[in-house]
Amino acid sequence: MTEKKIRVLVAKPGLDGHDRGAKVVARALRDAGMEVIYTGLRQTPEMIAEAALQEDVDVVGLSILSGAHLALVPRVIELLKANGQENVKVFVGGIIPDEDVDKLKAAGVYNVYGPGAPTEQIIADIRSAVTPG
Amino acid sequence: MTSTIQSILDGNRLALSRLLTQVENNTPEGREALAALFPYTGHAHLIGVTGAPGTGKSSLVNQFALHLRKDDKRVAIVAVDPSSPFTGGAVLGDRVRMRDLAGDNGIFIRSMAARGSLGGLAATTAQVVQVFDAAGFDAVLIETVGAGQSEVDIARLAHTTLVIEAPGLGDEIQAIKAGILEIADILVINKADRPGVESTERALRSMLELAHPLRQVWNHHGRRYVVDAPPGNDGSDSPLWVPPICKTIATDGSGIPELAEAVARHAAHLRQSGDWVNRERARLRSETETLLQERLMQNFRQDVPEQAYHQVLEQIFQRRLSPWEAVEILLKRQK
Ligand SMILES: Nc1nc2c(ncn2[C@@H]2O[C@H](COP(=O)(O)OP(=O)(O)O)[C@@H](O)[C@H]2O)c(=O)[nH]1
Ligand SMILES: [Mg+2]
Repeated sequence: MTEKKIRVLVAKPGLDGHDRGAKVVARALRDAGMEVIYTGLRQTPEMIAEAALQEDVDVVGLSILSGAHLALVPRVIELLKANGQENVKVFVGGIIPDEDVDKLKAAGVYNVYGPGAPTEQIIADIRSAVTPG
Repeated sequence: MTSTIQSILDGNRLALSRLLTQVENNTPEGREALAALFPYTGHAHLIGVTGAPGTGKSSLVNQFALHLRKDDKRVAIVAVDPSSPFTGGAVLGDRVRMRDLAGDNGIFIRSMAARGSLGGLAATTAQVVQVFDAAGFDAVLIETVGAGQSEVDIARLAHTTLVIEAPGLGDEIQAIKAGILEIADILVINKADRPGVESTERALRSMLELAHPLRQVWNHHGRRYVVDAPPGNDGSDSPLWVPPICKTIATDGSGIPELAEAVARHAAHLRQSGDWVNRERARLRSETETLLQERLMQNFRQDVPEQAYHQVLEQIFQRRLSPWEAVEILLKRQK
């Protein structure tokens, strides 16, 4: 009997060019025992929602450095809902101005992390987000 | 019939995806659904894609699936990657190479971690594949890293097994040692744009000649060979399939139509020779026997008190009982 594993989609929407940060987070989550589905650069919100559906993930982590978060993130959340995946928790990492953090949370984002956020914190937050009750 | 089963048969992707998780986690719901879906299985062509990391398996699966889509075949992809033996976690990155398949409802890609299974397949990969089969996918492509025992597992599960090599990796000899050629139905030299293709091909051909001595006779005919084996050659009277070598460039799709043709030929060969049915039967039989073993063991452990079991083990450790005698004693204790 295999136990339930936390499955996380790590995606990089938008056009900014590197994914070092996303890969660091992906590895940290793996080292915390999670199964991370990594999709690579330049994902559209449609691609992200489709991957989340096919992979039946518990969490979607979005890494955004381009500044386009207000356009991209709410769209991802909208598509997840449209697919019936309103239970999926969305996390955002990247350079997000303070005033936008509240807007993202209002749009349904579970939490937002700056570039220096300790991965231990992200791991703990994911665990408590997906634990029922 | 439950609504889950009906929606999966009707093509509901969310229901399918959620059931795959249940099956992967081997939950009671998952097992129940598998039982209900079983009568709908047996139609998909199961195609294994194995080889060393970095040879281009995911890129090739991407191109091959695109090709199958031209014929409007519905394609499921199961991409298995190893789990970390230390943490149980995994990074599953095969989708990175499959972005061309996004936005197509005729495709369904599922990543799986091997989860402590020793081979390249997870313990539940065969069941996940069964669900896709029942859900009406025409082909299921199963990508797995070739290492140790896993080739044998994939060859047992798939109707057609592609073994992927790439030039310049220096691993030809390694792969051959691991017996990978014996499980290949089709050999693919990917990265045919790279230097060293000829020497890789030469190495593979000479190994093939060792493994399939009949091939030499037909060597001058071209790149693939279906030869009639003398009766009794391998205990069956089915004509022999000698693995063709296909050269591909998975980054631009070169060689993919020829590969697809070889795959189709292999399927036709299996059906003609009766091996399609034979392989299915062998697989279902071994699946049943594995389950039976697990259950018998479970029942046994329930019947015999934990303490009694450990006492007998202890006597073995002390060399006062041999394992054979211990088994007799334990079986008598049962009930
Ligand atoms: N030059 C060249 N590179 C390739 C080819 N196929 C795959 N690659 C590259 O090889 C690397 C590994 O490919 P991937 O499909 O992930 O290999 P896998 O680990 O076997 O699944 C990637 O950088 C691909 O772009 C090919 O035919 N030619
Ligand atoms: Mg791969």
